[in-house]
Amino acid sequence: MDAKRINRRQFIKVSGATAAVAATGLEGVLAARRAPAYAQGVTLNMVRWADFVPASDKLLRDEILPKAEKALGATIKLETINANDIQPRITAAIEGGGGPDIIMTQHNWQHLYEKGVVDVTDVAEKIGKAQGGFYKQSRDVAVSGGKFIAVPWSVVGLMIAYRKSWLAEEGAMKFPATWEEYRALGKKLKAKGRPIGQTMGHTFGDAPAFAYPYLWSWGGAEVDTNGKVVLNSKETLESVEFMVGFWKDAHDEGGLAWDDSSNNRAFLSGTICATLNGASIYIESLRKPDQYKTDKGEQLKTDILHATLPKGPKGQFAYHVPFSHMVMKYGKNQKLAKDLLLWLGTRENFDPWFVSQKGFSVGTTTDWEKHAIWKEDPIMLPYRDAARLGRAPGFAGPPNAKAAEVQTKYILTDIYAKAIQGMAPADAVKWAEGELKKIYG
Amino acid sequence: MTVKPIAGGRGGAATAALPRSRVSPARGLGGLLEDERSLAYLLLAPTALILTMFIAYPFLRGVWLSVTSATVGDPGDYVGLKNFEKAWNDTIFHRAAVNTFVYTGVTTVFKLAFGMWLALLLNREFRAKRFARAFILLPFIIPTVLSTLAWQWLFDPTFSVINWCLWQLGLITQRINWLGDEYLALVSIMIVNVWRGVPFYAISLLAGLQTINPELQEAAAIDGATPRQRFWKITWPLLLPVTMVVVLFSVIQTFADFQLVYVLTRGGPANATHLFATYAYQIGVGAGLLGQGAAISLALFPVLLVVVIFQLWYIRRTETV
Repeated sequence: MDAKRINRRQFIKVSGATAAVAATGLEGVLAARRAPAYAQGVTLNMVRWADFVPASDKLLRDEILPKAEKALGATIKLETINANDIQPRITAAIEGGGGPDIIMTQHNWQHLYEKGVVDVTDVAEKIGKAQGGFYKQSRDVAVSGGKFIAVPWSVVGLMIAYRKSWLAEEGAMKFPATWEEYRALGKKLKAKGRPIGQTMGHTFGDAPAFAYPYLWSWGGAEVDTNGKVVLNSKETLESVEFMVGFWKDAHDEGGLAWDDSSNNRAFLSGTICATLNGASIYIESLRKPDQYKTDKGEQLKTDILHATLPKGPKGQFAYHVPFSHMVMKYGKNQKLAKDLLLWLGTRENFDPWFVSQKGFSVGTTTDWEKHAIWKEDPIMLPYRDAARLGRAPGFAGPPNAKAAEVQTKYILTDIYAKAIQGMAPADAVKWAEGELKKIYG
Repeated sequence: MTVKPIAGGRGGAATAALPRSRVSPARGLGGLLEDERSLAYLLLAPTALILTMFIAYPFLRGVWLSVTSATVGDPGDYVGLKNFEKAWNDTIFHRAAVNTFVYTGVTTVFKLAFGMWLALLLNREFRAKRFARAFILLPFIIPTVLSTLAWQWLFDPTFSVINWCLWQLGLITQRINWLGDEYLALVSIMIVNVWRGVPFYAISLLAGLQTINPELQEAAAIDGATPRQRFWKITWPLLLPVTMVVVLFSVIQTFADFQLVYVLTRGGPANATHLFATYAYQIGVGAGLLGQGAAISLALFPVLLVVVIFQLWYIRRTETV
């Protein structure tokens, strides 16, 4: 065996680095400029969604994580999967007692897996404090009983992407401010074969991101502040009744079967005039300007604008999809996993990933609103502070495991889907109330 | 040493008696291997182990989970039949139950009819017969998820090729909402299931057809029997045992079908296409309510048990008659 002898100077160096790491965690690693001894030869596995901005996954895989490997001295393996498959993956991993060390979650899903994850308060608080504090929504979905059960990572802003010229042809020089105006405009556009596109299917992002704020804007809510189910209200019923007509008048009826990518394809191929979406449609049109054209042969990117969801009788709301990372309890390298999340969350390491998103995802803290990227493209500007408007699922109660169960079962989406399919609005509301009572008790 | 043949009892192989050991235990492993009874158990052991690990244990664990309040990461407490009661009062469960029966019943009839028709055609002599037989198996060979993704494109709400063709032919003026309409979505899933399942029926029934002595058909034809009469009086009765086995396997597989629905609709729109398996998956694996999910999936068990018992009884009866 070729073992090197360690002299006194080397010993002091190594032991000093180890002591620094033990005392100060990642800061110690950075200060010591060498990977911690406990990370040597360790492999960390991380599962995230397959990003709607593929360039970000490439950047993470090719540049950011290799840097993290150097800093932490561990091998990091990244696996990206379809967002709709993340929950089954988490369940299988926790029940099997093994799997990825870090798993990305969306919404408030982490509350369903609270018993299978590690307390990451120390990591989250460091990131939050250093960057101006988390948005309320990002914090709410990641905290349970005063502890962070996941580290907030990003927020995908959901705005309506619309065809500027088509709306202008109908005399709308700006996006409608209320649901009534939106319906009236949509009716004219649908008559010309340019309907609004909205999914009401069982899909993770666009469906709840529409159904929840739409309900809130009419004054409906799943529960009150005490957790009592209050869904069956005059306000909810009005929202459902309006939606039935709105759908028939103005929407592409295929939306009942859409997933999160269907509206992207429909918009980019020019079959719909507007759709609630992350900025991925616009970003794709930027990426392939000569592929996506308007009916007049101009680049589609020049005809896209973004707007917030219209106001309802009780206000204007939004639901932007929060993303977080959980450190799994079954993992054998929990400390290292936490170190990686802290490393990724520090400003200088998060920045390249944030830039690669081009505004599709925004940060979870207010500091990222000041980033220079927002000066580059005015079309993306509405996304900058979108996360400030975002409410969490479960409103007016907390976004706890029960709210996550409601969301995972698509109950609030299905109220509207059922009524659109022909169920009497009152029956649809009653059905959903029954489902909520089974969950909330 | 002379080895006595295995003695068959009245019940046939199932109750076969093995001769007692004449080998002294002192002879060790060699003796153990020479003892037919011990050797039989030894040879059965790997199968028994695999069945225990992959069939019995998951099944028993599922039964246990169904009577607990287990969620992901939490083993929960014993709750008796509460999960079953919850499922019983659940409107989505009702819908999933109706869907499962309709889906299985309708697709089985169509798969049997088309499979039989195809088998009869393939049993004839024609050019490129071998190629046709191999080709017919394609839907069954391609991984289900892949072929279902292709069907998803065919049924796509915006870009459906089927709609485009119908529109080009002037048969429709509006898009057909294949996966967005609650009834059409179920019909679409059944179409894919039939497409995928017909080759299994066709090839299995073809194998059965080839065991029927052609002289019987020829004799009947000479006696003036029409093709229809020959089918119902000769082919069908002789093919019945094979048909029953094929239907048995198919019913079990279709009842527990998951992939088609998961890929095409994920149970939507508004839970209109959930089957037992997809709903159990949504509740147990998606929402992490393992106890409730297990109860929903076990709802399949009594039904399948009755189907299996009836069909096995029927097969045995037809074999002994």
